[in-house]
Amino acid sequence: MIAAFRIPGAGRLRQAETASFSFDGHSYAGVEGDTLASALLANGVHLIGRSFKYHRPRGFLSAGAEEPNALVEIKRDSARKTPNVRATVQELYDGLAAQSQNRWPSLSFDVSALGDIASPLLSAGFYYKTFMWPKSAWKNFYEPKIRAAAGLGVAPDQADPDHYSARFAHCDVLVLGGGAAGIAAALAAAETGVRVILVDEQAEFGGSLHFESGAKIDRQDGFAWAQSAVAKLKTMDNVRVLSRTTAFGYYAQNFVGLVERVSDHLQNPGRDLPRERLWQVRAKRVVLATGAIERHMVFADNDRPGIMLASAARTYLNHYGVTVGRNVGVYTANDSAYAAAIDLKKAGVGVAAIVDLRDNPTGPVIEEARALGIEVNFGRAVIRAGGKLRVSSMTVQPKNGGGERTIPVDAILMSAGWTPSVHLFSQSRGKVAFNDETKRFVPGAYAQDCVSVGACNGTDGLSATIDEAYAAGAKAAKDVGANAKGNKPKVDASENWSRGMLGAAPGAGADTTVKAFVDFQNDVTAKDIRQAVHEGMRSIEHVKRFTTNGMATDQGKTSNMHGLAIAAETLGKPIPQVGLTTFRAPYTPVTFGSIVGHARGPLFDPTRKTAIHPWAERQGAVFEDVGQWKRAWYFPKAGEDMHAAVDRECVTVRKTAGLFDASTLGKIEVVGPDAAKFMELLYTNPWEKLEPGRCRYGIMLREDGFIYDDGVVGRLAPDRFHVTTTTGGAPRVMNHMEDYLQTEFPHLNVWLTSITEQWAVIAVQGPKSRDIIAPLVEGIDMSDEALPHMSVREGRICGVPTRLFRMSFTGERGFEVNVPADYGQAVWEALWAEGQKHGACAYGTEAMHVLRAEKGYIIVGQDTDGTVTPNDAGLDWAVGKKKTDFVGIRGMVRPDLVANGRKQLVGLKTKDPKVVLEEGAQIVGDSKQAIPMTMIGHVTSSYWSENCGRSIALALVAGGRDRMGETLYVPMPNATIEVEVTGMVFFDEKGERLNG
Amino acid sequence: MAKAAAKKSAAAAPSVERRPALAGQELSATGVTLAVLPPAERISLRAPDASVAALSKALGVTLPQKPKTSAAKAGRTALWLGPDEWLVIDEVGKVPLADCAEVTVLHSAVVISHRNVAISVTGPAAAATINSGCPQDLSLDAFPVGAASRTILGKVEIVLLRTASDAFRVECWRSFSDYVFTFLSEAARDAAA
Repeated sequence: MIAAFRIPGAGRLRQAETASFSFDGHSYAGVEGDTLASALLANGVHLIGRSFKYHRPRGFLSAGAEEPNALVEIKRDSARKTPNVRATVQELYDGLAAQSQNRWPSLSFDVSALGDIASPLLSAGFYYKTFMWPKSAWKNFYEPKIRAAAGLGVAPDQADPDHYSARFAHCDVLVLGGGAAGIAAALAAAETGVRVILVDEQAEFGGSLHFESGAKIDRQDGFAWAQSAVAKLKTMDNVRVLSRTTAFGYYAQNFVGLVERVSDHLQNPGRDLPRERLWQVRAKRVVLATGAIERHMVFADNDRPGIMLASAARTYLNHYGVTVGRNVGVYTANDSAYAAAIDLKKAGVGVAAIVDLRDNPTGPVIEEARALGIEVNFGRAVIRAGGKLRVSSMTVQPKNGGGERTIPVDAILMSAGWTPSVHLFSQSRGKVAFNDETKRFVPGAYAQDCVSVGACNGTDGLSATIDEAYAAGAKAAKDVGANAKGNKPKVDASENWSRGMLGAAPGAGADTTVKAFVDFQNDVTAKDIRQAVHEGMRSIEHVKRFTTNGMATDQGKTSNMHGLAIAAETLGKPIPQVGLTTFRAPYTPVTFGSIVGHARGPLFDPTRKTAIHPWAERQGAVFEDVGQWKRAWYFPKAGEDMHAAVDRECVTVRKTAGLFDASTLGKIEVVGPDAAKFMELLYTNPWEKLEPGRCRYGIMLREDGFIYDDGVVGRLAPDRFHVTTTTGGAPRVMNHMEDYLQTEFPHLNVWLTSITEQWAVIAVQGPKSRDIIAPLVEGIDMSDEALPHMSVREGRICGVPTRLFRMSFTGERGFEVNVPADYGQAVWEALWAEGQKHGACAYGTEAMHVLRAEKGYIIVGQDTDGTVTPNDAGLDWAVGKKKTDFVGIRGMVRPDLVANGRKQLVGLKTKDPKVVLEEGAQIVGDSKQAIPMTMIGHVTSSYWSENCGRSIALALVAGGRDRMGETLYVPMPNATIEVEVTGMVFFDEKGERLNG
Repeated sequence: MAKAAAKKSAAAAPSVERRPALAGQELSATGVTLAVLPPAERISLRAPDASVAALSKALGVTLPQKPKTSAAKAGRTALWLGPDEWLVIDEVGKVPLADCAEVTVLHSAVVISHRNVAISVTGPAAAATINSGCPQDLSLDAFPVGAASRTILGKVEIVLLRTASDAFRVECWRSFSDYVFTFLSEAARDAAA
């Protein structure tokens, strides 16, 4: 069955191929190739939504991407609900389900439409003025109410089950827009053999050839020519043709973002198909062929459903075979609307009258309209539209006043002229120029290697457009080194449009009650713009923000020029002096999904795991995130909570031994004859005299004298150091070193290589550590004499090359076994088997933290915060006293860095040994003082120490080292905790256990 | 130079198992196949211009000096990564560090055999798969066979080498290999488009 408003034989769709769909629960039939808009119009449905602020009933204004009104929710299933889809670009598929938005309880009866009656309260800038009192009501009442009432669709509440793809691409010539101009430019460039990408946002190429029935190119109908030209382009290896693809952003150096809608138009997209594909294209040359957008007429109640752009009505007829009414009126200020009236009349649709604001226009379309018997009225205006849920009449008056006449109509087609689409040109940082004769902004000065052709360049007429576009395509190819050899398409017939008008027509009314819409999506009327000027706005940027004109998701595609003209007229200034706002990406809304692309789930961020990770996982380790790394936090045995597991691990390490995966520590190999010189400059410590085979704890400062990183460094050879860094600091320490090497010390013959991932590191710590390692080691004398604390040897373990460090971050006798990463797990398992003989445990990062705190070893980034000097941290001993230069040497002696009273790192013991302080808690000297108290420091590390049988803490306290034995206070929400200032070493103060 | 790490190369074979990351993983999609490659010997080689000839001789492959190029001979490939930096990969088990240790010219050679994991990406859609996360122009004109570059894939650094018109070797650090393989697998699903 053919829908009521589908005209047999009209349009290009095969009307037999039907698809069923629903809108607000009602079922309808559509045709394959329809948009949701054309299918609804075929069924006589014009009422599609409610407006943003006043909840006025709205219909379709356009047939394309500029649509401000027809925003709907498309629902595939409970998770796939897409709000704010423009019905004019949503292709129909069998079973499509759409819902209207921003209405309650129903689209035809919406209680919030009362806002339309109360609209004097809601005029421009209302939220700055009306809802200011009482102040507290804004947050609790007005804002939530306004947000609920004003709005777009509802965001989906489930995770998006679709996936999104991404692709980088490069080309010589990127053509944006696939109308006549874009196709001609692409043909010219493609024929030279250069790489071309041609992009269009619609399902089919052709642009305005969709409706322009008078165009003939190469002896074909214009639209048919477009299809055959694109078919030819698709066969060429050097051309990529992307339909349903929007160029949404034009960035620096011809970098253009495209979104290709891959499956939104399909009934059952395959699971492997992405929903959208983001293309990031770098083009040597860009041809902008983005066309022009028709403007509406600004008159009272010009937003009634059934009132639309003339070109939209023509598209629905000539492409989709749908008439938008049975008795249409036309209101225009240029010729293009005549063509719509003529096409409809020829298709058998009644045309009640053409109302033309111009006084004495002449031309072939006017003659043709008259010849078809259409009533044509010059010098007259439509001063208001009748009807509510659908337009029912237009009231006509001579434009300089006089008698009114009301003509019944069921649709009004309007055209105020065409606005060149300079959005992408403007995004490219090009400057638009106002052509005073044609009253339009066209591309002026270019900022990038691009060129505009056709309607977006203000070029009128198909023949001139194709000439210009073809030449531009050929030139773009020539610019990148190729010469054209093809045939320019020949225009046999075309349509020609004259100019039009900007701003409010007489029917926009000067009073304060008429609603003559300028911006449909944000409900901005002509009087709002005038009011903004009356209230002192002078720049279009201020008018825009005060009224919100052009700030909706359609970015003012139909409203910007009208708004500007009304502001200019009210200000009494020429348009260029009021200025045009800058266009920003995106051209049309872009989904979050397409921006996110692959970066979700496991690909949101890399998850780094050590070679030993699988073993820890099997042991039931609990992991913590340290940067991108997963580190074993603790190894609970059956029935143990974290506290019990950590206590056991800490005790076992000091009693026998523990194994710890230290693979994530940053490691840098510093190699070259000047390696020691370089180390001298980057660290506070002296290195020249460190013997090969020995290690030293090093501190690295920034230029400002504050601690940047620390770690143990082993000298493997006179020209080779094995440097370790903190886990989190690894990349930035490498960059810091490389930065200084390249910029400050380029004379040094030394190179840096990251070896973090070359070596798996197994720390074996505790009195039994040597007994565990020794049986597996070959070629290294493990005696205290041959391998004292802080030394390093190369040899083999389990037959695998090793760099064996004797060092300790626990205060116990300790080793760090470095083996090539692929052997990490197997060597760990061998050491584990040995350890089992001695009752050793595996311990995680939490026990590591406790054990080092028991010894007062700091963690950079926890006990320091970027404002701590070596002296503050009690590490003066690690600063080479005789050194004359290193990074930070001058910063370190700045007056405020050596002044008395600086915060110094000290130990804290709670008076009640069972109380464990909160890390980050503030410290005060006198708990009785008035609030706000003077805070003298904070807790940096705090743990329960099973080995000490009490809590321990480290803290930064002003003048801390002079406060030994003093009682300080840590005020907490429920109680004030008394603490005593102590030294930082809580266990084995003499350090005898390093050789124990 | 470099003797410290090389002098003990002639010792006993490992008594424990080597477990490379992602060993043997493969994936096939329309137009593209991914495969984790076997372990290889690798060094990071740094040297000034004056040392290039002697090192080339010692390594048996001429170190390339043009950006984004590589040179290969007898299973050994040298990739230009910077004006004084090469990644040398030996796929036939010979140790490039030992060869460098033979020469006395100024240089730095550091073993990174275990630091990197290599994944091959082959098939007509190989370039498209990589271009899902790599912004480089992978047309044969811009990135011919033998072209090499340290670049990015999604959120991580990779070294990319074109081994044939439709084949690439992707090298990444060990702990990023899971991310890289997963990323390439996702990209492969859509690469034939």
